[in-house]
Amino acid sequence: MNNKTRTPLFHVSKRGLLPWYKTWGIRAVALLLALVSCGVITSLVTGQNPFQVYAAIFNGSFGSPRKIWVLLQNIAMLLCVSLAVTPAFRMRCWNLGAEGQALIGGLAAAACMILLADKMPNWAVIACMCLASIAAGAIWAGIPAFFKARWNTNETLFTLMMNYVATQLVAYYCVVWESPKGSGTIGVINPNTEIGWFPQIGSYKYLLNILIVAAVCLAMYIYLNYSKHGYEITVVGESERTARYVGIKVDRVIIRTMLLSGAVCGLTGLLLVGSTNHTLTTTIVDGRGFTAVMVSWLAKFNPIWMILTSFLIVFLGRGSGEIATKFGLNRSFGDILTGLILFFIIGSEFFINYQIHFRKPGGKEG
Amino acid sequence: MDNKTPAVKMRNITKTFGPVVANDKVWLDIYRGEILALLGENGSGKTTLMNMLSGIYFPDEGEISIDGKDVVIRSPKDAFDLGIGMIHQHFKLVDVLTAAENIVLGLPGKLDLKEAAKKIREICNAYGFDVDPNQKIYDMSVSQKQTVEIVKVLYRGADILILDEPTAVLTPQETDKLFAVLRNMRDDNKAIVIITHKMHEVEALSDRVAVLRHGQFIGDMPTKTTNAQEMTNMMVGHAVTLNIDRPDPVDPKPRIRVEGLTVRSIDGILKLDDVSFTANSGEILGIAGISGCGQKELLEAIAGLQPVEKGSIEYIEDDGSAEQLIGKDPLSIQRMGVSLSFVPEDRLGMGLVANMDLGDNMMLRSFRNGHSVFTDRKTPRQLALDVVEELEVVTPGISTPVRRLSGGNVQKVLVGREIASAPTVLLTAYAVRGLDINSSYTIYDLINKQKKEGVAVIYVGEDLDVLLELADRILVLCGGKVSGIVPGRGAKKRDVGMMMTKLGGNAHE
Amino acid sequence: MFDFISFIPRAVVQGIPLLLGSTGETLTEKSGNLNLGIPGIMYVGAISGVIGSFFYEQSPNFRPLPAILIPLGCCLLGSLLMGLLYCFLTVTLRANQNVTGLALTTFGVGFGNFFGGSLIKLSGSSLPSVILSATSNAFRTTLPAAEKAGVFGKLVLSYGFLAYIAVIIALAAAYVLNHTRVGLHLRAVGENPNTADAAGINVSKYKYVATCTGSMIAGLGGLYYVMDYASGVWTNDAFGDRGWLAIALVIFTVWRPNVGVLASFLFGGLYILHMYIPSGMNLAVKELYKMLPYVVTIIVLVLSSLRNKRENQPPASLGLAYFREER
Repeated sequence: MNNKTRTPLFHVSKRGLLPWYKTWGIRAVALLLALVSCGVITSLVTGQNPFQVYAAIFNGSFGSPRKIWVLLQNIAMLLCVSLAVTPAFRMRCWNLGAEGQALIGGLAAAACMILLADKMPNWAVIACMCLASIAAGAIWAGIPAFFKARWNTNETLFTLMMNYVATQLVAYYCVVWESPKGSGTIGVINPNTEIGWFPQIGSYKYLLNILIVAAVCLAMYIYLNYSKHGYEITVVGESERTARYVGIKVDRVIIRTMLLSGAVCGLTGLLLVGSTNHTLTTTIVDGRGFTAVMVSWLAKFNPIWMILTSFLIVFLGRGSGEIATKFGLNRSFGDILTGLILFFIIGSEFFINYQIHFRKPGGKEG
Repeated sequence: MDNKTPAVKMRNITKTFGPVVANDKVWLDIYRGEILALLGENGSGKTTLMNMLSGIYFPDEGEISIDGKDVVIRSPKDAFDLGIGMIHQHFKLVDVLTAAENIVLGLPGKLDLKEAAKKIREICNAYGFDVDPNQKIYDMSVSQKQTVEIVKVLYRGADILILDEPTAVLTPQETDKLFAVLRNMRDDNKAIVIITHKMHEVEALSDRVAVLRHGQFIGDMPTKTTNAQEMTNMMVGHAVTLNIDRPDPVDPKPRIRVEGLTVRSIDGILKLDDVSFTANSGEILGIAGISGCGQKELLEAIAGLQPVEKGSIEYIEDDGSAEQLIGKDPLSIQRMGVSLSFVPEDRLGMGLVANMDLGDNMMLRSFRNGHSVFTDRKTPRQLALDVVEELEVVTPGISTPVRRLSGGNVQKVLVGREIASAPTVLLTAYAVRGLDINSSYTIYDLINKQKKEGVAVIYVGEDLDVLLELADRILVLCGGKVSGIVPGRGAKKRDVGMMMTKLGGNAHE
Repeated sequence: MFDFISFIPRAVVQGIPLLLGSTGETLTEKSGNLNLGIPGIMYVGAISGVIGSFFYEQSPNFRPLPAILIPLGCCLLGSLLMGLLYCFLTVTLRANQNVTGLALTTFGVGFGNFFGGSLIKLSGSSLPSVILSATSNAFRTTLPAAEKAGVFGKLVLSYGFLAYIAVIIALAAAYVLNHTRVGLHLRAVGENPNTADAAGINVSKYKYVATCTGSMIAGLGGLYYVMDYASGVWTNDAFGDRGWLAIALVIFTVWRPNVGVLASFLFGGLYILHMYIPSGMNLAVKELYKMLPYVVTIIVLVLSSLRNKRENQPPASLGLAYFREER
């Protein structure tokens, strides 16, 4: 208490715009530190030397051609959901309901596969699946969007709740369509006729998904950065008052953008059901709806950078899964490491936006 | 009076925000039993300097001492403990709390709102304030909120009071009342600082005046020994004459006809009450009034941004045919072929997008052009380059976000964009607020140029002197009603001032 | 006939974890922090308690009092650390709250399941769970009078001590928020940190204290779930999505912890309603009943935005970081 007049040791101020290479430099340093601490922690837990740990992480993603394909498939799925939430985020509309929107898309696809299998030719079933999934995802996002646009209902909480409504709806149909009876799960749909299964390109099971998502990624990049809609989204996100001032119909843009967001989520569900798994479970989206929030944010809502950030997250997830099996830990160890790395990257944003000034020593010493 | 030791001594105070130097080695002394007017143009660093005294900002360099003792003010709490209280221009009140809750906010001890209400009533009785301790802030008028702010500072027993442009939102009567209170407090041996750029307030109220210019301390002197001209010179840096060009209107024809316009805010408060007037082409129609008297609603109603209860707003073509603007949004007005430009009061929050660069901001008006689904970026970029060159905008380039520009340059970008579309009607709200003298004159010239080209200009201003020199006709608003329309040439400042407060105002000529 | 006598106590025990979680989140949100990490924090609270009691149960002289205090202490410590981490990132480093919260949930759920899995391995049990019946018995001790007091005893007295603590915490939180200076300051911080700061309130301190206290309360919810509701049985992922339900409850109660007491029992009831509704052969319908709490929350959210009453809105600065020298 006797040094009340002590000057603060440091103080924080907002930084000017950093050039992009410095920004990404800071993020790279954060990532490096994160990897080092992950290595150290894993070594402590397992007693292995850190380099073996890194080798295992790398091996988990690139160990065999199959692993590389799985890696690419997982990147594609995560990227697809991330692309879906991005237009909403650019509009500062926190769509945390991607999980449910993708799930409901998957449900629509499965419904078509099950109900239309013996009524239509295969191509027509697939066409119906596409339409139904995309529409279902869009509707699921459109409901909160309508209330947001009309009465400014908090969309973060609304979309969050919609996830669980979707989950229970899927749970309901899992019982209704259970096969075999009493199992409570749907099992592989149309295992013999393969109706509604997406065609495979050559012998590569995942290639179709990857190509579709790559196309969506490019389209989303162009849409957001070069189209009139994309410009409107940015203006609404930055300032609703400016948007109204120049005659942009804000409620219409909110609903339109959320419909798009939900539609792409629905597409993800379609790909997961129609192309990858050929079945439906309540956990088929596997938390990607939430991970996508981080992927999109880490990439600063830029679709191209998102390829990198979703790679990073999937790579780490696969890698830590590999550590878990190799060193006899359980799968959840991966989540701990992923969380840890995210904390480092999230924290590093501070050093991009702010700078710390240390006081020159001198004057009264505390 | 014993003025030997200053109550506050500030030495070599420097504060920078990024590249902007807000205060540069400022010296300032504040004495007890004295009202000090801190005078300076907008952007001269007055508020920043006082914010450092009240603990909102921390100085980069410099020393502060209170009653001869060196102090470090790290937070507003430190400032309170030293008896420093500041009444900010933007009120620091929590909307969903009551007056009493706001007043005791931040104080230590047990929460006893009844006791607090009693003490608040005592203060109110002593100074003649009128505050209901249990009223929620969101139910209050602007001047009520200011009263709460002043009571809050007094409640804490502050003896060094800082008021940041307290009269901007007050009527003359309320201002007189405030000044009387301040004089009482001075006689109570409190130290009082009033931040202002209004010369007559300095002369009417202060004992001493200190002048800042571009963040630097220029000098201080007893008010009695100086005069308005000298103070203006110190403020601006060179002798200025307030001579604004006013060309005669060329062939004025009715362009916008407003009749019986009535507007209510979302809360149901009457903002405009049966307003009627006509704005002519080739003429500047000035709108005078105390702030918050419906100016904003009037412009926004014409621009299609404000729902209207009743009345009509007609756009009259050169051939005399009239079209109704009410019920149309900005987009449909534009599609009707009416070229209407609007320079709103809130430049970065409404007129421009702060985080976008100059080019993208130019696009705000034109991005819909063409049938392609993609935006045309070349034309707006070229427009940005032209505006930068013609209006001498100081910017590193057209890829700089506009929030990084200074106030004057932001306004040039906004005005430049709005007049680029060759408007027939130009609405401006507080077009020179926060601008230095040179930028202000650039803006006056631009507006006059539009007038000469036959544009109907509606100019909402806060500085009566400027309105009297610039406008061809002046419409005076008072509490949402038109208290009169007078010709700009030959109008007396006193008369217009009286009409602003309804005293001498005859409703409708 | 609907069996209220057995339904209500089960609804209450279902509701207690939600009540603790939502009281914690309400305090946090009142400071302007939208902590979406609460589900993760509840996992960490639960597993920390489990770890503590797991090792204490191995000790030779087992006594009930330390059997309660050790898990309790571990739980509070674990959830406090999570709260501190959230505050450090969002308050000190001013990171995005949504992203930080979601990362915290990923981390917390992973943390819970990892150590849960490790303990299962350590205990060498053939079941995929850790069973701590001795500790659980200590937690579930009820008043002796409960048995004798008939229906009243069953409805009101039949719960473990943590349940009563949960109700007391909720009522105390409501009192602190509305009738004390600390509560006033906290509300001001969440509504308008600028103003609070200018009034001499230490915004960061309030955010830290409210968020960390909130985390600890929420952590207790996890502990109650394992030790009391689940009779000391930890199974990975068994806690499920109750954390999100707790966040839903915050909205449902329009940020009022005292309303939360009854609302949480209602939610608990909705959560288990499917077991009491005779659905006949149709198992699927049960899944639809589980949707109820979320649907009801959505309806409340919509209704409160329709009525647009100032007092019923989320704290004005919810989700925004505060930086004093912003301009």
